[in-house]
Amino acid sequence: MDLLHVENLIKDYVSPDGEVQRVLEIANFNLAAGEQVAIRGSSGSGKTTFLHIVAGILAADRGSVRFDGEEIVALNESQRDQYRARELGYVFQSFHLLGAYSALENVILGGAFGSGGDPAFAEELLVTLGLEHRLKHRPHQLSIGQQQRVALARALAGRPRMVLADEPTGNLDPTAAVEALELLRGLCRNQGAALLLVSHDPAVLGAFDRQEDFAVLNQAAKGVTP
Amino acid sequence: MNSLRALLLIVRRSLREHALSTTVTVVSAALASGLVMAVFAVAAQSRAAFAGGPVGFDAVLGARGSATQLVLNTVFHLETSPGNIPWSLYKEVSEDRTVELAIPYAVGDNYRGLRIVGTTPEIFTKFEYVEGRKFEFVGYGEPFDGDLRQAVVGSEAARISGLKRGDVFQPSHGVPVSGNAQNPDGNGVQHDERYVVTGVLKPTNSPSDRVIWIPIEGIFRMGGHVLRGTGENFEAQAGAVIPDEHKEVSAVMLKFKSPIHGRRMEDLINRQGKVATLAWPIANVVAQLFERLGWVNRILELVAYLVVLVAGGGLLSSIYNTMNERRREFAILRALGARRRTVFSAIVLEAMTISVLGSFLGYLVYGVIMGVAAAIIRERTGVVLDTFEWHPALYQTPLAMLAVGAIAGIFPARKAYATDVASTLSRNL
Repeated sequence: MDLLHVENLIKDYVSPDGEVQRVLEIANFNLAAGEQVAIRGSSGSGKTTFLHIVAGILAADRGSVRFDGEEIVALNESQRDQYRARELGYVFQSFHLLGAYSALENVILGGAFGSGGDPAFAEELLVTLGLEHRLKHRPHQLSIGQQQRVALARALAGRPRMVLADEPTGNLDPTAAVEALELLRGLCRNQGAALLLVSHDPAVLGAFDRQEDFAVLNQAAKGVTP
Repeated sequence: MNSLRALLLIVRRSLREHALSTTVTVVSAALASGLVMAVFAVAAQSRAAFAGGPVGFDAVLGARGSATQLVLNTVFHLETSPGNIPWSLYKEVSEDRTVELAIPYAVGDNYRGLRIVGTTPEIFTKFEYVEGRKFEFVGYGEPFDGDLRQAVVGSEAARISGLKRGDVFQPSHGVPVSGNAQNPDGNGVQHDERYVVTGVLKPTNSPSDRVIWIPIEGIFRMGGHVLRGTGENFEAQAGAVIPDEHKEVSAVMLKFKSPIHGRRMEDLINRQGKVATLAWPIANVVAQLFERLGWVNRILELVAYLVVLVAGGGLLSSIYNTMNERRREFAILRALGARRRTVFSAIVLEAMTISVLGSFLGYLVYGVIMGVAAAIIRERTGVVLDTFEWHPALYQTPLAMLAVGAIAGIFPARKAYATDVASTLSRNL
């Protein structure tokens, strides 16, 4: 059984002048439990919108997004928040760390809204990622690479069953990008979490057995309008 | 870590991140809370202290006029005397079968702004300022001899003047008004008579502490004093007896065998014609005075409420102003799974935390205001307020501040609640 099953998903945006613009139309997409998939897509192709809908941050206009058999599109906002808190980890391109909080607190908050954060596990993750001496540092006191690792730890702090990664290496140099990617994939593998990653970096995409082209996946990108 | 602990972490970090505005807001909440508590507590305690403090008498008999002025002048040793009444009236009421104790007061002089009251030695031997408690002397002090130029000094008067047993002083003409020891009424001319202090009284926490007691005969015989007991001017001559018909007193302090006898005494006084006023019961007269001054208290309360309102507004604006910069934080927290109500609660909790901190600090402000108010009231009137006496405002005000904080937090919390996660995250890539 698929962990994630997307079917006939549609998302439209209404521009300020009233024009309806379809940004997403995905006929079918599946992700198995523990599977790691990379989606290739250029900027502005709608892949972040896709991840937001899968994460329940955005509501779809039509279609179906089922997670472990449960229909996400049918959930109300509060239920989607809970789904996100319990089942998902999210790595953002610009990390989106909370500046007022220490590295450890950032990671703890990553798991705090689901089944309850585990400070010991959060610390263990940071130690695993080589940040044992940076636990109390705030994001601005960390290098970009270290910030990236904190973001990875935060995404996995709630022991999610699926991690969504939106251009997670976009701000890193090639060497750091490869290293971060390996860490992310390794952590997901160890926790048995599925990984859905979007990127336009061939070096990143090449590391995955299964790659999808978002331009093919998204019918809206082919000029289909409502 | 559960959601509650996450909530507390969010609040803690925000307060730390905005330390300056948090501090300013906490201080303003503390001032508001302390001020409200103090206004209510000072009003209640003043009323209790003035209306129910140690008086020891049931009524005051004095010249025809205001009962309030009579009580202020004789019980609280404030203001000027409304006039004098003949000695004969004092003798008449003192012999009344319903009167347990009648003590004459004669005022008109001071020493360094401290009021001198001429009276009889009974004030030390028979009068009980609280049931079962008479004036007590410090060390070997003793009452004055009614026929000698001797004086007994109240505890506060001794502290202010520095007078002690064996000291000699010369009274001056005039009485201090409104409790202002620095600005005695009258011409301030020093009398030639010298008085020897025979004792200093132990504190009674009553206005009597600020008084210097001398024999009433001493007032009659003070140089320059003119007696008009019969309507004719009479000046006492050294060594010569003063006929009773020339004597006059400022007031007679009365203790009835039963408090209900005051009604009978009122009738007796009224039968005398328009020569005297009986202020009875004393507590009622003071209560009426407070009723008349109630508007002052209401204005103070209004000001206190306004200060609370301003503090609430300050709290609201200080948090509201951070909302734009914190929108990204809320969006990230929401992306991590925090519900709308979680971020809403975080803001309301933050506002309530500031209120609680302000209220705690408010107790300090309250203590300072009460301390200053109590010192001023004691200095000016001799009435002692208990700074630590319980008053419902001491818990009602912090609760009200908590409510104000919660209400003030709702407005910025609504803004946090409405944060659009997707668009905010997209804008902050």
